[in-house]
Amino acid sequence: MSSPSAPEASADLAPAPEPAPTLHGFPLTDSHGQAVAHIPRIDYLATMKLLIADGYVMAVDLCGVDYLTHPGRTLPEGVAAERFEVVVNLLDVEHRRRLRVRVQVPADDATCPTLFDLHPGTEAMEREAYDMFGIAFLNHPDLTRILMPEDWEGHPLRKDYGVGAIPVQFSADYVRDAPRPIDTDEVTTWQ
Amino acid sequence: MAVTDHKPTDQTDVQLAEVQSTHAALLHLTSEGGQELRPRSELTARELMREVGSVLRLSEADAARFSADSPVGAHQYHDDQTMIINMGPQHPSTHGVLRLMLELQGETVLRSKPIIGYLHTGMEKTGETLTYMQGGTNVTRMDYVSPLNNELVFSLAVEKLLGIDGDIPDRAVWMRMLLSELNRMSSHLLFMATNGMDLGAVSMMLYGWREREEVLRFFQKVTGLRMNHNFIRPGGLAADLPAGWRDDVLAILDMLPERLAEYDTLMTGQPIWRERLQGVGVITAQEAMALGATGPILRSTGLAWDLRRDMPYLHYDEMEFDVIVGQYGDCFDRFAIRLNEIRESMKIVRQILDRMPSGDYRIQNKKVTPPPRARIDESMEALIHHFKIFTEGFKVPEGEVYVAIESPRGEIGCYIASDGSPKPYRMHVRAPSFVNIQTLPHMMRNCLVADAVAIISSVDPVLGEVDR
Repeated sequence: MSSPSAPEASADLAPAPEPAPTLHGFPLTDSHGQAVAHIPRIDYLATMKLLIADGYVMAVDLCGVDYLTHPGRTLPEGVAAERFEVVVNLLDVEHRRRLRVRVQVPADDATCPTLFDLHPGTEAMEREAYDMFGIAFLNHPDLTRILMPEDWEGHPLRKDYGVGAIPVQFSADYVRDAPRPIDTDEVTTWQ
Repeated sequence: MAVTDHKPTDQTDVQLAEVQSTHAALLHLTSEGGQELRPRSELTARELMREVGSVLRLSEADAARFSADSPVGAHQYHDDQTMIINMGPQHPSTHGVLRLMLELQGETVLRSKPIIGYLHTGMEKTGETLTYMQGGTNVTRMDYVSPLNNELVFSLAVEKLLGIDGDIPDRAVWMRMLLSELNRMSSHLLFMATNGMDLGAVSMMLYGWREREEVLRFFQKVTGLRMNHNFIRPGGLAADLPAGWRDDVLAILDMLPERLAEYDTLMTGQPIWRERLQGVGVITAQEAMALGATGPILRSTGLAWDLRRDMPYLHYDEMEFDVIVGQYGDCFDRFAIRLNEIRESMKIVRQILDRMPSGDYRIQNKKVTPPPRARIDESMEALIHHFKIFTEGFKVPEGEVYVAIESPRGEIGCYIASDGSPKPYRMHVRAPSFVNIQTLPHMMRNCLVADAVAIISSVDPVLGEVDR
């Protein structure tokens, strides 16, 4: 049916490399039909500002992920995998669309700029990410633990946090055997 | 050339060094860091501006005026004049273990801060140790007032990762909608009860619980449990609807309109009720969006945003219903929205009853569906399959996905990152209550203590979901 030259013509057309989709110059990938932008930490705040202008006015969710035991995950070209990731889900109310932003955060410098000044609603979520992963959000107005007690040691959602290997807090044994310094007044009240 | 090439790197190094030293300083500060509200005498204008908020919440001039380092502020808001008190965690109107620290001047709330974590049980960590099959038992306990919506969002996320989200049988989809809407009704009925109780309409508490009980009784018939059902599972549902379910649903639908009219008499039309709620806890659409608030709080500001209509899932795009919005963004709007959303849910349930198809209630995909009980007795393969799926679970391809649906409290989202194993690598739930309580300090500014109770109630937080 088709002429012999037809496959050749299409073969000529096929290798033309389709430019990888980008968003403000950063790789944009598709995860199960959802748009994901990979933004370097250094450009994070500036790009989030641009995204607000694009219509993504709501930051509905922010969470951390610790990829310690799963380093070989799929990332677009040019994005170096780091141990931590900060994942922000943005919502554009006007155009009814979502965008997910993934920011790589290295383990030896687990910090990330805060979104508080752009999206005040991320205040509690960033505190949660700090509490659970130890990612410090720079310039956050109130970076304290939010779910764990304030004197808790370690960050529970990290993959190297020993489940079952930690003393049970709030039990009588814990106060007696704990190596950490404790207020003598507190101990007497407990006993 | 080489020099210019190096310049940015040097700068980055300097920046990084700065960042690292700040990090160390921060960690040092926060390891002891109090979560409590700090007294005003320790608060400079700049800190006040950031603590009580961004531009949206307090102007710079106000911050300068109200802070301790201004002459006016030091005089007017001195520690002698104001008092910081705790409300909760053991307080009947904080809906569980919400603790609020209020800075009061007389009866007026100047600043407030919610302190949470008293119900934290590490459910996201637990989620990493449970297979996708078992995960439902975990997420259903987060927002224990609307457990079926939690299960639904988790199942939808897992199905999306598996790539079977388009293959779920029709009956399963419609059953999910039926349960989700009934759950919305039961949740809002509970709100009617607690809202009434918080504001002194104590008889309302009994009425609300009574109507909710009817819905829970239906859930018990369908799922076997009143709460924490684990009924909606990846791939479909645990079982089919029992015989006579249609009559039970119709009985609820026939009973409710009359009762809701009673609520109108008891609350909506009451001058005392309106006085307590109208103009209290006002928030604008801009502020609600900036704070990430969703659900009735966002809709009370006049912004018609409902994921069922705006980003439809299941078969909501085929349903006829209205998105209820308010106008003033006050407590009364939030009450009225929930009351009318019960009516809208009833409308949806009636349409579901008309269109409920016959068919399978779960996907017939050997990967995720265990074989039926009868097959296990006659087939060795079925027995092995059954054993494998319940001991090891099923593997989910590598990837990450965020799925959000409209729960009675707002957008509930589930973020799952999978590494290809039978357990989620990371399972995060975007809990609407967790985000919504951030609006409390904002709505409570300069209100009275009695109004603070009305405001907490109108946000309708579920602490199981806040703390997870």
